Amino acid sequence: MMRDDDRPGVLTFADHEIIKPVNKLAKAISRVSLPDDDPVARAEAAMEKLSSEFADWMMKECDRLDAARDGIKQHGFNKATIAELFHSAHDLKGDAATFGYPLTTPVARSLCMLLEYSPKHERIPLLLIDQHVDAVRAIVREHSRPDVQQLANRLTVKLTEVVQHFLIHENRHRPGHLDGLFDAPLVPDSD
Amino acid sequence: MAARIDFNRLRFVIIDDNAHMRRIVRTLLHSFGAREVIEAEDGATGLEAFIHHVPDIVITDWAMPIFDGLELTRMIRQPGANANPFVPIIMLTGHSEKKHVMAARDAGVTEFLAKPLSAKALYERILNIVMNPRPFVRTKTYFGPDRRRGVVSNYTGPERRKGERADIIEQHSLYDKANMSS
Repeated sequence: MMRDDDRPGVLTFADHEIIKPVNKLAKAISRVSLPDDDPVARAEAAMEKLSSEFADWMMKECDRLDAARDGIKQHGFNKATIAELFHSAHDLKGDAATFGYPLTTPVARSLCMLLEYSPKHERIPLLLIDQHVDAVRAIVREHSRPDVQQLANRLTVKLTEVVQHFLIHENRHRPGHLDGLFDAPLVPDSD
Repeated sequence: MAARIDFNRLRFVIIDDNAHMRRIVRTLLHSFGAREVIEAEDGATGLEAFIHHVPDIVITDWAMPIFDGLELTRMIRQPGANANPFVPIIMLTGHSEKKHVMAARDAGVTEFLAKPLSAKALYERILNIVMNPRPFVRTKTYFGPDRRRGVVSNYTGPERRKGERADIIEQHSLYDKANMSS
């Protein structure tokens, strides 16, 4: 190992360097005690307050997904229409659970997989896209129904099955392309 | 006496094309005590905000128009291309599949935060970034935070790095240092 004295914080090895950057964030470490301060509880309370807007936000996200579906129907599969539908579904996949609608996440995930792993988008049946968009809408609409969980599960299982079957068939000449795709997520939910 | 973070001494840039998610992240950061929170709605304006505002921490979404969070991370992690290629980057994303987590890590992301977002998870990532900064590694193909978070004694896979000694630097966390000196 060679230590380069002109560059403090850098250790030079045969094929790599390890750098210890100046920690600019040290300025934010305080030793002033605030025993009753709980920033996480404060943030959770702020989220609770904000949650009164979540139903409205979900409706807007559904409208966006609907518009993206219409874009595909009107203009066909092209870079812009696919990107809009994917971004819309991807936002729902990530954000719906934060907004209190976790049952829509698997359906949105299934639509994302369909778009991301189809080698030829024009071969995706429009009916399958319709079914995903309508399923998201239905789950959001029936959010307060006591049996919404069963309804969502039924829709999710069926749609996921069809998408897996379609993708396996479409990628039959691309060995390894779907490896790990149908496994459980590597990262658990953040909470 | 335990150390804590003064969020009002940190400047954040949030990059997310979804206005609702930006609002949630901003609300959480303000609740933690942050005052300086700058927002951008795509990768391009995010890079502009990063260069202009020189934030202490970047929080970015992955899937965004123009260029995505991964491309943004690679641009930030260009040594010499901007004022702070070492800036901590939190990737906040709906992607949680293995290949995405690996890709984010290999692009130089500091912390990966899978949605749904919670106050506790975001707070813990920021706490870790401030209190336990990781060294950076530069190889021919990678520049970013050390991807090894610990020594795995029974590791049998290929070695990406060569050197004359173990290349893990022992570091006391700032949290420990702060508490030791108090």
